Amino acid sequence: MNEYTYPILFGVTIGLLTRLYLLKTDYRQYPTYLHGKIIHIALGFIAAGLGTIAVPAIMEKEFAAITFLALAASQFRDVRNMERNTLNELDQYELVPRGKTYIEGIAIVFEGRNYLVIFASFLSTFAYLVWNVWLGLVAAVISFIVARKLMSGSRLGDIVEVEYVKPHFKGAGLYVDNIYMMNIGLEARREEILRYGMGFILKPKNFNARSTIANLGQRQAILHDISTALGVYRDSGTPALVPLAKRDLDDGRVGIFILPQEKDVEKAKAIIRNVPTLENAIRMPTKSETNRAGKVLR
Amino acid sequence: MTVEKIILAVITTSPHKVAGGMTFVCENDEEMQRIAANLEAILDGIAHALSDDLLIIVKH
Repeated sequence: MNEYTYPILFGVTIGLLTRLYLLKTDYRQYPTYLHGKIIHIALGFIAAGLGTIAVPAIMEKEFAAITFLALAASQFRDVRNMERNTLNELDQYELVPRGKTYIEGIAIVFEGRNYLVIFASFLSTFAYLVWNVWLGLVAAVISFIVARKLMSGSRLGDIVEVEYVKPHFKGAGLYVDNIYMMNIGLEARREEILRYGMGFILKPKNFNARSTIANLGQRQAILHDISTALGVYRDSGTPALVPLAKRDLDDGRVGIFILPQEKDVEKAKAIIRNVPTLENAIRMPTKSETNRAGKVLR
Repeated sequence: MTVEKIILAVITTSPHKVAGGMTFVCENDEEMQRIAANLEAILDGIAHALSDDLLIIVKH
């Protein structure tokens, strides 16, 4: 026991609590229940330790110890690789795959969360050592809030309006509103599709949203999330029953065609609105220099 | 090896419209639908209709 024991315990606990707070298994079933969680909690513990130890190290003028943080960075980059590899492997056996963009997004999030844990532990240990345990707690609460803020990305509902449209056929062509989906040759399949299918139109609220929902990875993420939550009417070897998202080239609207097990319009709309906008899919054409108002083009 | 984006089979009731390829000529529409449904399942493909009397199977 020395003067650092309690601050270190405090910092590690706060870091671990932050990790637990950011770790939740929801309908996406990732991280998988229990075993997947244990991996992330263990890594969170290591991150918390690293963040905490840095403070006494500085105070003892052990500046070389800070280089361990660099080690931590490479360690957590491996976390990202691990996530990416696991999910890529699993994706091949999904009836409606997540898609690479979604997987990359999840992997980035897991790496980012570990850094937030380091940050939370560092800050609260620092406040404890410099002032007292109460200010340490205040620092912990602040870092909780910051972590929450940084980790809640925007949702699709923020950038698009969702509208239900019953899919229909023109000859062999399947349409959602006026957006062409695919050509279905068999009568029996067409009947199945009309019976089980649902169509949605995503109307972008602005020009940036138009480019974001055009991203194929973002569209695949929408299909995956709906299929996970509402079930999917398909099996391997029935490519005609695959959910689709196609784009209207004229105005950038996206038509979603799905075949859920549970045909509930309101639920489906809520799920679409709740799909995360993927970091890697977000586009901001209006931020381009040439698109700025009043810009003289050379 | 999977053969994708290629016409794997043609099922028709009007053989004069098709030249070459793996063509299945059928007596009537009902037979055409039945054979196309079977081929769809066997080939893991989708039956697309080019016209009322002409179906193709493509794997995507």
